[in-house]
Amino acid sequence: MNRERSKRLLPWISTPLILIAFFVAWDLFVRINDVSELVLPPPLTVFESLVEVVTEASTWEHALVTATETIGGFLIALVSGVAVGVVLGKVAWLENSLRPLIVASQVVPKVALIPLFVIWFGFGMTSKVIMSAMLAFFPIMLNVQLGVRSVEAGQREVMRSLNASRWQTFLHLELKSTMPYVFAGLEVGIVFAIIGTIVGEYLGGSEGLGYLVVRTLNELDAPALFAVIILLSVLGLLLYFVVHGLKRFFIPWHESVYGQQDVNR
Amino acid sequence: MPAHSTETLEQDKGAQRAPRPAPAKLELAGIGKEFRTKRTVTQALSGIDLTIGDGEFVSLIGRSGCGKTTLLRMLAGLLSPSSGQILVEGRSLWNGAKVDSSVVSQLGVVFQEANLFPWYSVADNISLPLRLRGDGKEERRERAHELAELVGLKGFENSYPRELSGGMRQRVAIARALSIRPKLLLMDEPFGALDALTRERMNLELQRIALATNATVVFVTHDITEAVFLGDRVVHLTPRPGRIRQVRSIDFDRPRSIDVQTEPAFGAIVRDLRHALDEEG
Repeated sequence: MNRERSKRLLPWISTPLILIAFFVAWDLFVRINDVSELVLPPPLTVFESLVEVVTEASTWEHALVTATETIGGFLIALVSGVAVGVVLGKVAWLENSLRPLIVASQVVPKVALIPLFVIWFGFGMTSKVIMSAMLAFFPIMLNVQLGVRSVEAGQREVMRSLNASRWQTFLHLELKSTMPYVFAGLEVGIVFAIIGTIVGEYLGGSEGLGYLVVRTLNELDAPALFAVIILLSVLGLLLYFVVHGLKRFFIPWHESVYGQQDVNR
Repeated sequence: MPAHSTETLEQDKGAQRAPRPAPAKLELAGIGKEFRTKRTVTQALSGIDLTIGDGEFVSLIGRSGCGKTTLLRMLAGLLSPSSGQILVEGRSLWNGAKVDSSVVSQLGVVFQEANLFPWYSVADNISLPLRLRGDGKEERRERAHELAELVGLKGFENSYPRELSGGMRQRVAIARALSIRPKLLLMDEPFGALDALTRERMNLELQRIALATNATVVFVTHDITEAVFLGDRVVHLTPRPGRIRQVRSIDFDRPRSIDVQTEPAFGAIVRDLRHALDEEG
């Protein structure tokens, strides 16, 4: 019992310790090498700057823009990725005929298309939403496609021998057994969506945390730059945990979920 | 080694055990199955005639490739026969290549793998057939509970398949097949993936369950001892093309204990069947 408990508590103790060690090492490095604040500000300066940035109201407006763009793009990718994935997974001839196109569109460095999107859709949120949707779409679509195909033959036989209708087979078997693949795609997809949004903001527009990064860079305000990067990381973490939480809620029976619990125990 | 091979058909002896003249539960008449590819035609089964009475337990044995699984899949409505007729209580299972769904829905099938759905609890797995059929929640819960008790899984209703051992999973699969009170229970090497000790225990359990529910069972296996221990009759299929070579009645009293396997009479039957199987080479 005691050992199990201490195992569960371990990450709560080890993570802060590692963080503290990291900040101490960072601080020592800056002090010993006398690094310029323009290159690498010490952690305390970054922290002060973070407080400053956070207390400024406009920062939250920027964060809201970034979050909206990311979530919007992600939702578009979720719906279209699942839909296209299911269709391509089910209809083999369509997948075969579209495969060259899919491979080609995956190989294209999509980030390079952002200037084009800016020309087409302007400097506003639309171009970023589209970028983020585009990046998140492929991992979701590919995973769903794989999932639809990975329904176990034996379980299909069971449904057939039970005289199940197509709808019943979908509801009780195909949908459930594809869910883990959907969530695997979503966990990658949300990260890609954030990347898409931020890179979009780097390259055009006047809103969002990505824009704030560029602005602080232009002002040569390295501590603020770091502070914004920290904010971006927090936003990314939050979104990832939301997706991860949904996964735990929807597929508690899957080994990627209960396996983790075993480890923590 | 005796070189003689007599084609014995002792089907009539099975009738001794079923004194009431009930209508045949299952009737196979002239069942054949061909598999066609572009160039070749493989005759998997040919001229299978067999009548199975109410409450009878029939084991199907044969070497791999003798078509026993093919036959079971045809009985389960998963594969259409090329010729012949399958009647369940007098009703035809197949209309040409189309299966009569009202007949199929009265069958229970257990496969070699338990094929449980990991997203459902034991109770939900057991009652899945009832859910598909549209039974109410309360009814399903009750029946699942009852069946869990029958197959020795009382207290595991809320567990998930991942928490069960191989033998327990197969028990759930059996309970699932029994949930609809099937007219016929079809089992395709259900214990083939289990270790010897678990398998022995499952044989005893299956006998108990079959007696308790008065189920009519067709049981495919390649294990001679298992076939003789469980069966009222043992049907021996030979390959290329799959035909019935002999049907043996097994007359030990039920319930049979595991010790019956050490009786000389039991050993003699097993030895006979083994010789017959060996001769096929």
